[in-house]
Amino acid sequence: MRSDAQRGGFTRIAAWLGLGFLHFPVFITILYAFTTEDRSYQFPPPGLTLHWFKVAFARSDIWMALWLSIKVAVCATLVALVLGTLAAMALAKSQFRGRDAISLLFVLPIALPGIVTGIALLSAIKLAHLSPSFWTIAVGHATFCLVIVHNNVVARLRRMPGNLIEASMDLGADGWQTFRHVVLPQIATALLAGGMLAFALSFDEIIVTLFTAGREQTLPIWFFNELFRPRDRPVTNVVAVVVIALTFLPILLAYRLTRPADEST
Amino acid sequence: MQASAATGGYSRRLARFLYGRRGFYLALLLVPPLLWFGTVYLGSLLVLLTQSFYAIDEFTATIVREPTLRTYAQLFTPSSMDIVARTLGMAVAVTIGAALIAFPIAYYMVRYTSGRMRAFFYVAVMMPMWMSYLVKVYAWRLILAKSGIASWFFSMLGLSSVLDAVLGIPGIGGPSLSSSYLGMFIVFVYMWLPYMILPVAAALERVPTSLLQASADLGARPGQTLRTVILPLVLPGLAAGSIFTFSLTLGDYIIPSVVGAPGYFIGMMVYQSQGVAGNMPLAAAFSVVPILLIALYLTLARRLGAFDAL
Repeated sequence: MRSDAQRGGFTRIAAWLGLGFLHFPVFITILYAFTTEDRSYQFPPPGLTLHWFKVAFARSDIWMALWLSIKVAVCATLVALVLGTLAAMALAKSQFRGRDAISLLFVLPIALPGIVTGIALLSAIKLAHLSPSFWTIAVGHATFCLVIVHNNVVARLRRMPGNLIEASMDLGADGWQTFRHVVLPQIATALLAGGMLAFALSFDEIIVTLFTAGREQTLPIWFFNELFRPRDRPVTNVVAVVVIALTFLPILLAYRLTRPADEST
Repeated sequence: MQASAATGGYSRRLARFLYGRRGFYLALLLVPPLLWFGTVYLGSLLVLLTQSFYAIDEFTATIVREPTLRTYAQLFTPSSMDIVARTLGMAVAVTIGAALIAFPIAYYMVRYTSGRMRAFFYVAVMMPMWMSYLVKVYAWRLILAKSGIASWFFSMLGLSSVLDAVLGIPGIGGPSLSSSYLGMFIVFVYMWLPYMILPVAAALERVPTSLLQASADLGARPGQTLRTVILPLVLPGLAAGSIFTFSLTLGDYIIPSVVGAPGYFIGMMVYQSQGVAGNMPLAAAFSVVPILLIALYLTLARRLGAFDAL
């Protein structure tokens, strides 16, 4: 047992070092949102200021990019929630020929590198003579968001006892009633968690979006353009800090929603 | 009342009809998502594949829409093979690096924490995933820059000579961390680390504590228990995580262009061929390489049971 405690000591140090590694860049990003030096990031920063927050809030391009990102993420998440749930309900517990192939198909967009999805969508857009717009971005995002929702809901449905549905049908409920009153409450938290994950994924997507966006500017594309500009660099950090602050609560919520169910099994 | 009873009757009859015809019901559920996937995703992939069999006319710089293997032949030139080998090597290295760092974190999280502490660990692991990808990449560029934060720390600790020695190693070194393959490796590992930690932790949570006790009772040393009991059971989780680290590294074109040595990676090649050069066929042919590599990798991961742990 003593050796076990020692190993606990070793893994404890490794684990905390790992957490430090994960959070060091976050800390640096936050720190440099307040720096007084806007060209070279010297360390430690020469002074601290709130000036960049004022600059960031006055810039309309940030607001427009933010608004576009939110619209895209909402659209993609909604499509993904509907289609992902349908696919999950069909695939969770059934056995039929071709099921494995379809399951594999639904893993592809996250298993294949984003650049493949991006260039494939771009070549299709060009072939169809579409001009890249809000809709091409949203359709592209919905495709990989669907996978996330599907994975979340499938995991939950597999844990749900199948006889619940049969009991509901025996008691005279029709398909919709069974879905509304039996299945939906069971998968509600998985839907919410999957939806939030999908939203976050879409909100931060750059690899696919650079191909499908044309001249539209989502928030990540705004970051991308801004990072190679020499002036007002802390403004990008300010936007990043605001995004962290805004997303922190949903993460906590998503964790709470998915954890208790896992621990009870 | 009458009307609602009638509709209730119809929907009930529909429910009974569907329940009797499982296949029809499944098809009804599957048609919308498959239609979306078939047209948007598979359709695009097919278009991409077709493009790779076209070639660009060198003189007019237009795409000749005749089936040819000329573009694929370009993949087998030494310079292209270099790019593929470099990308593959980095993806394998990053996957191994991420697994080595992720395992102790996941292990500590699952075995030695509970309640609030475990919640803290999970949220702490997930939080960096929510921070903008580009901002993280850029933060690393600042950290690894020639007179950046990393070298400041090394000089404060009096270890500058160690850093210089590491950077002097041919192949992985370079003038500074931010312009070396070592720096790129660090950034890649950092970026995909949570994607490895979470499935490994999930797999570890499914290992019953009684198995570990049994192993210890039977006289196994901790190292033996780790090798013969824990690792085989966690392998699906490691495989699931490695799909992410491998695939994400293969296709990334932003990290190699912001951090690292000047050598090209597959993703950069795809992005630049279609953009600056306007050579869509070459971009398409190059993007077939990661598809094949992933297909190979997925068959391997499937054998290890990775899909049950996703």
